[in-house]
Amino acid sequence: MGDCAIHAEGLSKRYRIGVKQRYNTLRDSIVQILSAPVRKFTTPRVKTPDEDRFIWAIRDVSFDICKGEVVGVIGRNGAGKSTLLKVLSRITRPTSGRAVINGRVGSLLEVGTGFHPELTGRENIYLNGAILGMHRVEIEQKFDEIVEFSEVEKFLDTPVKFYSSGMYVRLAFAVAAHLETEILLVDEVLAVGDNRFQTKCLNKMEQVGETGRTVLFVSHSMQSIVRLCKRVILVEGGHIVADGEPHHIVDRYLSDGAISSAERIFNLDRTNNPVRLLAVRVKNDSGAVSDLQEINEPVIIEFDYENNLPGDVHVTMQLVNETGVVILQSSDHLEKNKLAGLAPGAYRSTVEIPANTLAEGRYFMTAQLRNLNRSKEKYLKEMDCVSFTVRDPSDGTTVRGNWAGTWVGVVRPMLNWNVKKL
Amino acid sequence: MVGRPGITEKKKQIFPIPQSLDGAGAEGIQVVVEPRHGWLSLGLGELWRYRELLYFLTWRDIKVRYKQTLLGILWAILQPVMTMVVFSVIFGNLAKLPSEGFPYPIFTFTALLPWQLFAFALTSSSNSLINNQNLITKVYFPRLIIPIASVLVGVVDFAISLLILIGFLIYYHVPFTYRFLTLPFFVLMAVASSLAVGLWLAALNVKYRDVRYMVPFITQFWMYATPVAFSLELIPQKWRYLVSLNPMTGVVEGFRWAILGKTSDILSLLLISGGVVVALLIGGLIYFRRMEDEFADII
Repeated sequence: MGDCAIHAEGLSKRYRIGVKQRYNTLRDSIVQILSAPVRKFTTPRVKTPDEDRFIWAIRDVSFDICKGEVVGVIGRNGAGKSTLLKVLSRITRPTSGRAVINGRVGSLLEVGTGFHPELTGRENIYLNGAILGMHRVEIEQKFDEIVEFSEVEKFLDTPVKFYSSGMYVRLAFAVAAHLETEILLVDEVLAVGDNRFQTKCLNKMEQVGETGRTVLFVSHSMQSIVRLCKRVILVEGGHIVADGEPHHIVDRYLSDGAISSAERIFNLDRTNNPVRLLAVRVKNDSGAVSDLQEINEPVIIEFDYENNLPGDVHVTMQLVNETGVVILQSSDHLEKNKLAGLAPGAYRSTVEIPANTLAEGRYFMTAQLRNLNRSKEKYLKEMDCVSFTVRDPSDGTTVRGNWAGTWVGVVRPMLNWNVKKL
Repeated sequence: MVGRPGITEKKKQIFPIPQSLDGAGAEGIQVVVEPRHGWLSLGLGELWRYRELLYFLTWRDIKVRYKQTLLGILWAILQPVMTMVVFSVIFGNLAKLPSEGFPYPIFTFTALLPWQLFAFALTSSSNSLINNQNLITKVYFPRLIIPIASVLVGVVDFAISLLILIGFLIYYHVPFTYRFLTLPFFVLMAVASSLAVGLWLAALNVKYRDVRYMVPFITQFWMYATPVAFSLELIPQKWRYLVSLNPMTGVVEGFRWAILGKTSDILSLLLISGGVVVALLIGGLIYFRRMEDEFADII
């Protein structure tokens, strides 16, 4: 236990919800007390079950975080991540369980906590720093660094209410970024500012991780999580459901709720169609079925189907990304036209999507069996029958190179660039 | 900073954090987070560790009060002076209330000073927690700091008015006696009373939001229950001890005793009032600490 920065045991936090009026008035309370004996006889007892009156924001959370670990915490909205940080920061007490924390804790649950619009940037740096727990001496010594990081030097003596929102968050983050406690609890504060600033923040957080501080980092940006953390905890419904290697856990989080994985084998008893799909598989370069694909390797999709009709059947696939954009559509009809008419029977059509074509993200594949030479003939459409994730190993060999920020585009081809001095 | 790998080489300059300033949880010190069991300590040690934050919050409130105002710091002077003028006209001239041989204006101004501190503290501290809810829900520090800071802001106003009082004393040729030296004690008592009641109101207001609407009424009523505009001599002897249950009675009479040199049975008054202040203060601290854990959840 001596080596642990944070040792949590059965932490649980229960909140009362909705039904009871949140703000009591003294009058109501007094009336309630006085009328209690009468109420027993007059009011019909409607027992609201406990589940309707309380929710467990976190339930039975236990983990150990050692000194120097940078741990990411991910989960859907409402999973309990922020509550966990609040409990560890001592802002709210747990309903049960306990945690032992070794070291000074700095909690960044929000940028700009305590900023007062009437005060100048300079005054707010001192105020915010003190609120976060920095001592005056510390703030004075880091003052210049903070100002430099925030890039608002010219406006330092203007009241903060006149700042643009970008300047505001830059200043707020700059103060927070220079907090030098042994343990840092960070709650989604990196999603501020423009791209350039976000990268700066990410780099700074990376530095923080490297100085040997213990960091607990909550974020919705899988990019940042994978880049900064060596260990990730997945929280769902107030419980810890997974704890381990970042890519693994992130993928588990992303694939949750998706319709299917990389392989789909069809139940043949249910259909008597003369044309039907037998199986669809997504494979990686080494031939293994995998729903996690590397961006710099080809993605292979295999379609097993059966055709009992005379005439050709063409396999058409469409790839749709997470936001619903249809990235591409492709078919084996050209290939089939090269071959002489195929006899009825079972076939396998395989397509290879070249490396460095697709962008990162999750893809859903819809398969169709149709006859493209006679456009009215559509035999079969299977929507979202498989899905897979393309990820970037961020090792410098992909289109991104060393860039860790946002990279837009629905496709990401590796193009040839030529640089020449004029 | 010694012994932490990876940090020393990044530092260009060393700034040693004196161990005394390092908050709870410095290397080697553990913090245990758990549901509260039983009675809490008053947490005064922790309060001391966070004293810098207390300074900053007080500084912030003072700065903000006078930013973008026309009269700025003059308000601290105008308020007691204007009240004194109104009282002098109405109670002094029109009602002709006796003022024990002293000129009415100075008689009432002496009492107005600690009274205004108290009245300010009542309003200010009852709203203090609610006004700072953004801090309470996002950062940890002993919540006691917030109402204390709001009372301290009143003390600053008080200090400014004290200068005016000295001006008046010179104008009315009131002699300075050794009793003046006891003034700090009475000031402390005024601050303690303000804090005592303020803590109760602050904590109550978080849970019962109608407290803030009751405060103006309470303040008004309290003022008439304290011998500010009138003299304690007006109260019949048998009721005088009841009136001294009001902590501010002791404070106000103490101020008059120390500054104007008026004679009175000051000791027994002080004992009763002082006792009430101490009881209220300790009760307030305990109640506040018990409610503190819920603040972030119900504010």
